[in-house]
Amino acid sequence: MTLLEINNLHVSVDNREIVRGLDLKIGPGEVHAIMGPNGSGKSTLAYVLAGRPGYEITAGSVLYKGDDLLEMEPDERAAKGVFLAFQYPVEIPGVAGMTFLKTALNAQRKARGESELTTPEFIRRVKQASEKLGIDQEMLRRPVNTGFSGGEKKRNEILQMTLFEPTLAIMDETDSGLDIDALRVVAGGVNAMRAPERSMLVITHYQRLLDYIVPDFVHVMSAGRIVRSGGKELAMELEQRGYAEYAADAA
Amino acid sequence: MSAEPTALRTEAEESLLSAFAAVAPGLPGDARIGAQRRAAIDRFRRTGLPHRRIEEWKYTDLRTLMRRAAPLTSEPQASPSVRTAPGPDPLDGFDRTPLVVVNGVFDPSLSDHEGAEGITVTPLAEALARGDRRIGALVDQDDRAVLSLNTAFMTDGVLVEVADGANSSRPIEIIHVVTETRPVGVYVRNVVSVGRGASVRVVECHRGPAEVAYQTNVVTELMLREEARAVWAKLQAEGDSALHVGTLTARLERNATLDHLTISAGAAASRSQIFLGVEGEGAQAALNGTTMIGGTQHADLTLGIDHLAPGAKTRVLYKNVARGKATGAFQGKIFVHREAQKTDAKMMNRTLLLSDEASFAAKPELEIWADDVQCGHGSTSGRIDDEMLFYFLSRGIPRAEAERLLVVAFLSESIEALGDPELIAALEPAVERWLGSAPPTALTGETAA
Repeated sequence: MTLLEINNLHVSVDNREIVRGLDLKIGPGEVHAIMGPNGSGKSTLAYVLAGRPGYEITAGSVLYKGDDLLEMEPDERAAKGVFLAFQYPVEIPGVAGMTFLKTALNAQRKARGESELTTPEFIRRVKQASEKLGIDQEMLRRPVNTGFSGGEKKRNEILQMTLFEPTLAIMDETDSGLDIDALRVVAGGVNAMRAPERSMLVITHYQRLLDYIVPDFVHVMSAGRIVRSGGKELAMELEQRGYAEYAADAA
Repeated sequence: MSAEPTALRTEAEESLLSAFAAVAPGLPGDARIGAQRRAAIDRFRRTGLPHRRIEEWKYTDLRTLMRRAAPLTSEPQASPSVRTAPGPDPLDGFDRTPLVVVNGVFDPSLSDHEGAEGITVTPLAEALARGDRRIGALVDQDDRAVLSLNTAFMTDGVLVEVADGANSSRPIEIIHVVTETRPVGVYVRNVVSVGRGASVRVVECHRGPAEVAYQTNVVTELMLREEARAVWAKLQAEGDSALHVGTLTARLERNATLDHLTISAGAAASRSQIFLGVEGEGAQAALNGTTMIGGTQHADLTLGIDHLAPGAKTRVLYKNVARGKATGAFQGKIFVHREAQKTDAKMMNRTLLLSDEASFAAKPELEIWADDVQCGHGSTSGRIDDEMLFYFLSRGIPRAEAERLLVVAFLSESIEALGDPELIAALEPAVERWLGSAPPTALTGETAA
């Protein structure tokens, strides 16, 4: 069965069409990468899947586990296992990191009819996950993302992904702003989560990230559509030849 | 015919003037206080209640808000009064020395009259009777009608003296509670004098019954002698139909420190004003607060800060949140006099509007006559940040909870600026209660999905 099925999706922002008839199917346990030049609509796709306001769906459908994803509120999507690792995680002064994590995790559990975690169990899980990602506890006592470096913000995204154990993890340019060491740590965190019941959609401009998170499928996005799909070798080809031919296609 | 035009008085103004004639003989005070009361009511006779054409009251038309003057608690009553219980303690479980003023009268049976070491508490009525010179010392009555009314009608309150060098860590709570079930007018005066090098922590609380249109006018005079320090938190949690006018007049001597917080949440209409005379070199004042209003509430916070000595520092930070059809106002004026060189003064007011119909006016002002100072002011007003809200939603936090977290986060800076973790912890439930009383749903407007 398909986990995510996108059919002929059209999305506009301020009456400008950004996604223009996109089709994509993701099966359970599959890792898909979407690559493409800047402005091809990759981030818009990620935001639409997570339910960010401000996007007008003019045509098409998105089915998640057979249900209409676009009808769901963003918090409902999260509780049902959709997770977006943001390209630019927002700083939220005044809300402590641990408070945020606990509120979010328990809200998701509550929405699924599961019991809330006890504080010791919650702390144990955070500790375990943060140690693997090289996140010190001091960072979690600070307000959410506030004053974090680019690398710390990305690590914090992967920490949340680890804690929330999503069914569909979408990563939007998770490699941007990371040096090679941070990239290795982040990719390690992502790879540790690969599982038969968990699918991933990795959005990236560069092939570099895919050296560490090796995808099952690679798609090239240009001018709001997927214009080519293939295996992981397609990423290598793009690295050598660039996006020039796809940009020309779009024009 | 007299050449003098007859002033047109409102019903409230007329009844206040006639009430004075009735109650004045029975009010506490020696001959000097009696003369002060008469002079005050004469000033009021000339000025009347302040209204919107008076710049200082532009956003809060007291003449309109106070169409009728509620009968004074000091007036003889036609029928026996019916009283309710004082209601739940908003600072339940917080260890402090209570000083309780019920319906304008100090109640020794509810108070820890002995006070703490180094602290002397006298009912104000007693201090009035003996003509204590400190009463009125910090009240500039020239053109402020609400102060004149307070001087004319003050019944009781507390006089708190903190001895030189006394360092009492247990906070004092001055509790102003109204228990009358009929509308009443309550006029309270407190005088707090903190001696040289002494320190004190005070919570000033105001509460009363819901659905009773009582009117309170409370004036507190705070004297901080050299090197004295006060941490002072005001919690205005009046009943939902009340009219609250509260004034703090404070004088800071050399190197004195005042950390002040106003949480303004109750009353149908309220005005909290602080007049600060920074008179000593090196004095420091931090005025912080938050106004939380909803429904059809109106709240006004007005500051007048006079820098009269060199090298003093003031920090002003207020954060407000308004929902429903509430209206609010912040007015702050920092006046740096010629002799106040090296003044360091900053004033900021920020407001979060949670509905399209709520509004909040802001008027921060600086007037600087010294040439070597660092001063600044600013003001912002906006909605809940869409990016922050979406981040929380995308993590599975339901909208109401996400908004609540973001409002608390917004307000916390101004509350934490008090710098007293114990007092902050005691007051935070009041903020949580306000947020819990009606979740601020559907507040993001246009961009909400």
